[in-house]
Amino acid sequence: MEPILPEKVQELINKFAGQEVYLHMETTNGAYASHFNEKFFSAGAYIRNAKLTYEHGKIVGDGPFRVGLKLAIGWVYAEGLTHYGFDESGHLLMAGHDFDGKLAVALQLGTTPFK
Amino acid sequence: MTETMEIEQERHVLVIFPHPDDEAFGVSGTIAIHTGRKTPVTYACLTLGEMGRNLGNPPFATRESLPDIRKAELQKAAEAIGIQDLRMMGLRDKTLEFEDDQKMMNLVTDLINELDPSLIITFYPGYSVHPDHEATARAVVRAVRAIEESKRPKLHCVAFANNTLEEIGAADIHYDIRHVYDKKLEAMKAHISQTIWMLKDLEASVAEEGSELHDRFNYEYFWTYTFDDKDKVTDIKS
Repeated sequence: MEPILPEKVQELINKFAGQEVYLHMETTNGAYASHFNEKFFSAGAYIRNAKLTYEHGKIVGDGPFRVGLKLAIGWVYAEGLTHYGFDESGHLLMAGHDFDGKLAVALQLGTTPFK
Repeated sequence: MTETMEIEQERHVLVIFPHPDDEAFGVSGTIAIHTGRKTPVTYACLTLGEMGRNLGNPPFATRESLPDIRKAELQKAAEAIGIQDLRMMGLRDKTLEFEDDQKMMNLVTDLINELDPSLIITFYPGYSVHPDHEATARAVVRAVRAIEESKRPKLHCVAFANNTLEEIGAADIHYDIRHVYDKKLEAMKAHISQTIWMLKDLEASVAEEGSELHDRFNYEYFWTYTFDDKDKVTDIKS
């Protein structure tokens, strides 16, 4: 993956707009967060292969970046995104990696299901 | 150091953990001793650790490429400790507690029926921290509990929750694995995507006789699971 170039990512977001896409989104602080620090409130969310269509999407911020996708009657958004790239099926992968190199958030989309 | 005991000769050892690398830290020395005696060892690894968070910054892997990387690491680790029967069970990381409980139990029952192990190694339910560890442990306990008492394989469990000592006491099994530590280290190194962060510091500290890390990695500890009033695993709700 490469550090996000917002203009480039905006183009890619535009390309997937208005068609049915499969979405992977996750955010996590890791399953051991409360084990190592019992005062830590662990939370996360995960959705894989949600099928949806967004009308338009935007990447904003100065880095880490935020991405929002506007649906016909709803929204998808993620913050903390630092890197982007593609998998072998051409899915657009966006991810936020923290200072220790751990994944903190991922937002991925493409026209075919994720494995 | 605590007194250690001899590892018994087994007919077949079945190791069941959810993530590639779960076997490396706590039990790979014990496994290497069994395989060194030519005792058959089957390792059923339920997921490929697809949700691992160590992807690097700059990243060396993506959410989508990680499973193949971890699969190759798992195969390398299994080879390092002489496991010839490695089974990747195809479930998905972080979803095990949401799977159908009966399906999870049946997965274990099928392995037991096929392999007739004299010993099963897994996590201790209630004291293994990660939800996947707990779901795996529950499935194993349920499957073994369903077997007639005289025919049950031994069940040796790994526990590391912060409240382990005060609630279930110290491990009843201590093995000295120093003579196979090089194999254990090789297994830990095989999972390099997960262990690179710690291995550099670790190697030096483990070598230091008498240090906490030396003891943690040169000895392996198990709690024998007993199906008495200490057994807190509920039956599956229908």
